[in-house]
Amino acid sequence: MKAYLTRRYWFAASHRLHNDRLSDEINRETYGKCNNPHGHGHNYALEVTVSGPVDRRTGMICNLVDLDSFVQREVIERFDHVNLNCMGEFSNVVPTSENLAAHIYDLLRSGFRHAHVEKVRLEETSMNSFEYAGGAEARH
Amino acid sequence: MRNGNLVYLTRKCEFSASHYYHVPEWSAEENQKVFGKCANQNGHGHNYTLEVTVKGSIDPESGFVVDLKDLKEILNREVLDVMDHRFLNKEVSEFAGQNPTTENIAIAIWQRLAGKLDGARLHRVRLYETPDLFVDFYGEE
Repeated sequence: MKAYLTRRYWFAASHRLHNDRLSDEINRETYGKCNNPHGHGHNYALEVTVSGPVDRRTGMICNLVDLDSFVQREVIERFDHVNLNCMGEFSNVVPTSENLAAHIYDLLRSGFRHAHVEKVRLEETSMNSFEYAGGAEARH
Repeated sequence: MRNGNLVYLTRKCEFSASHYYHVPEWSAEENQKVFGKCANQNGHGHNYTLEVTVKGSIDPESGFVVDLKDLKEILNREVLDVMDHRFLNKEVSEFAGQNPTTENIAIAIWQRLAGKLDGARLHRVRLYETPDLFVDFYGEE
């Protein structure tokens, strides 16, 4: 029986949306107040969805302890209370939540071995969120 | 007139129940190692939130995908009357031989609801154990 399990995590980070390859004027026009030179921050909520058959003995898709420790180590410790623009992964990539969601998906997909990583959903604020499933259509 | 258009409708309800996790073939130490504090046999509880999504065409006369009154009655009878304020391991038959994990509860709810909805098909059962943890089940894939 295949089921989908979603766990929600939190981290706080700052960013500035700015593309060095564009003029200051175009950056301001494109990113608006997100282009403010000193950056700004969000409390991000991250939803990680994993899928797989439910183990007959344990009743679980995967042990939450394994998922929590992996996400904590690979995502939360990396991105919580940092300036995203200062991270190596965003030296040439604008740290929009689209790019951050895709990057987190790749981190999880390449490292987590206890269940299939289906998708990530990243809430930048309660009013906007971004989903990435490796380029595939995310299931709703 | 929107006859033929597929519409998804979600109804939400809540129930409170207790449970614990245990595999009888395993030693107490092994259960403790795998399930941690969920292995305490006296149980612990959650306020579960259940979202049931059905899909179907809009009936041209009633304008409904499904009669919400009927859906509410089915949810009350099949889920809330059975699981609300119960110790799932001891009082709900599905969990006599398997752990009442969020995964298994979502599947049990799907199986209790499937085939009982007039005019609409069950699309998804989403069960929140806490606001930060939920399981989705779409039937056998």
